[in-house]
Amino acid sequence: MRIDPLGDSALIVRIDDEFRPDASLNAVLVALRCLEAAELPGVIELAPAYTTIGVFLEPSRIAGFDELKTKIERALQTSVEPARPRAGTRSVLEIPVCYESEFAPDLDEVARHSGLSPEEVVRRHSEAAYRVSCVGFTPGFPFLSGLPSELATPRRATPRTEIPAGAVAIGGTQTGIYPRKSPGGWNIIGRTPLRLFDVQREPPALFRAGDRVRFRKISREEFERASA
Amino acid sequence: MNLLVSSAGFLTSVQDLGRTGYRQSGVSFGGALDAHAMRVANAVVGNEDNAAGLEATFGKLRLRFEDERIVSWCGGAFTARIGDEDLPPGHAGLVGKDDELLMVAPSAGSRAWLAISGGIDAPVVLGSRSTDLRGNFGGHQGRALRAGDVLPLFKERRFPNRRPDKNGDLEIAAPWISKWSAPAPWASTGQRDHFLRIVRGTHWDSFAPDAQAALVTAQFIVTPDSDRMGARLDGPALERIDAADLLSEAVAPGTLQVPPNGKPILLLGDCQTIGGYPKIAHVITVDLPIAAQLWPGDAVRFHEISLTEAQELLREREEDFARFRVGLTLHAR
Repeated sequence: MRIDPLGDSALIVRIDDEFRPDASLNAVLVALRCLEAAELPGVIELAPAYTTIGVFLEPSRIAGFDELKTKIERALQTSVEPARPRAGTRSVLEIPVCYESEFAPDLDEVARHSGLSPEEVVRRHSEAAYRVSCVGFTPGFPFLSGLPSELATPRRATPRTEIPAGAVAIGGTQTGIYPRKSPGGWNIIGRTPLRLFDVQREPPALFRAGDRVRFRKISREEFERASA
Repeated sequence: MNLLVSSAGFLTSVQDLGRTGYRQSGVSFGGALDAHAMRVANAVVGNEDNAAGLEATFGKLRLRFEDERIVSWCGGAFTARIGDEDLPPGHAGLVGKDDELLMVAPSAGSRAWLAISGGIDAPVVLGSRSTDLRGNFGGHQGRALRAGDVLPLFKERRFPNRRPDKNGDLEIAAPWISKWSAPAPWASTGQRDHFLRIVRGTHWDSFAPDAQAALVTAQFIVTPDSDRMGARLDGPALERIDAADLLSEAVAPGTLQVPPNGKPILLLGDCQTIGGYPKIAHVITVDLPIAAQLWPGDAVRFHEISLTEAQELLREREEDFARFRVGLTLHAR
């Protein structure tokens, strides 16, 4: 564990040196709960991602990083209750995805790159178990680890200027979902009718770091019913 | 009572001090790119620090109010007028019911923050009245202002510097401009050549000595693809020694990240919550007001200071601001 400054009013707590899908995330989530429970004065925001937690401070409350580092170290040594699944949700979030060609402009490219048939790419993508490593890039965008390694596909050389909301895509060794219409360079292989980000919800993002996720293949009819 | 937008300028949006508590959902801080300027302008008109005002970018902004309001602005070298009277930065101005407030494109800098007594009554979305222009939520209908927009204002708190006469009316007739102002370095931040102080970032050591030297000696030019997320800089390519792939992690306004092409990007208030590019340095918080003025074509230079110095400067500014607020209250008696 190491704590680095992130400019003059934030810190990065480095929990793990390299990302080990389950172990690192579990350690980060435990550390996050410790820091939340500690309610350190002046801390306005905690931002977990892969192996780190960003700790943002109110500018008027920076008493010196050394003191805060000590407080963070002490907080991380306390024991916390194990995480419980969120109320009203199952322990695994099931995400319906339609992989029909109209929603999957890059499915052929992923198939070509992997040497598998498009059907096989879809089967493997929808049967794997995933976990949210972090949420970010745009509001609600989940970065999912657990993509079968044979499906890993480099980002497109030229990013698309417009990707529709709900697009399920592969970027390198990760898979993710675009919460809203935006530019992007990942390979699009399907679309979900779910809303990933909604300011009327609390929290607004459907996903949180650490969530376990599965994709369920749905038909075009099901997609349209769910979108209506 | 309302604020009426006759002309919305190039890009004007409702902003307060920003949105915290939702980074785990991927939501940016946003808010006024120069939060300090917004806070100072709010203090001058008698508002809370976090009252919602307007961030004007470049072009011509024309506003009217349905009742008398005190206004103040801070930022780039705009020309502002209430009717025919000049309203210099950091001064308080009383805008009458029939007066027009005009803000014209700056001769230096690019943005200004306008506070209106009472503040803008925009709905609170995820804890803030700020407009998230990329997410299209918050502020006025989640978008930049347009001509014809009508924005509700909160009831004005009696401006402390005005003594009501026996009828409760004001003795001062609009348009009226205060003689006093907020300190000039806070109110007036527009420059042609920008000089920003930095502290080293996590990945400083993964850059070649040439790149480290270039960062603090060379001149960088702001490129046209810059926006509220960040200012992209052209200059010598900053080369990395180790090319290891980095995991995305937290970034902050002020972070100077370097993509593979070696051209640094200075992140601003609307920056994404996480990034995977190496962080060579960070612009210090007290210099973010200058960073918020960067405009395509502007020149930027960087100067390295220690983290302790940066935090000392920040602490001093916060103390000065607290004194400024107290001073305003005493002055108002």
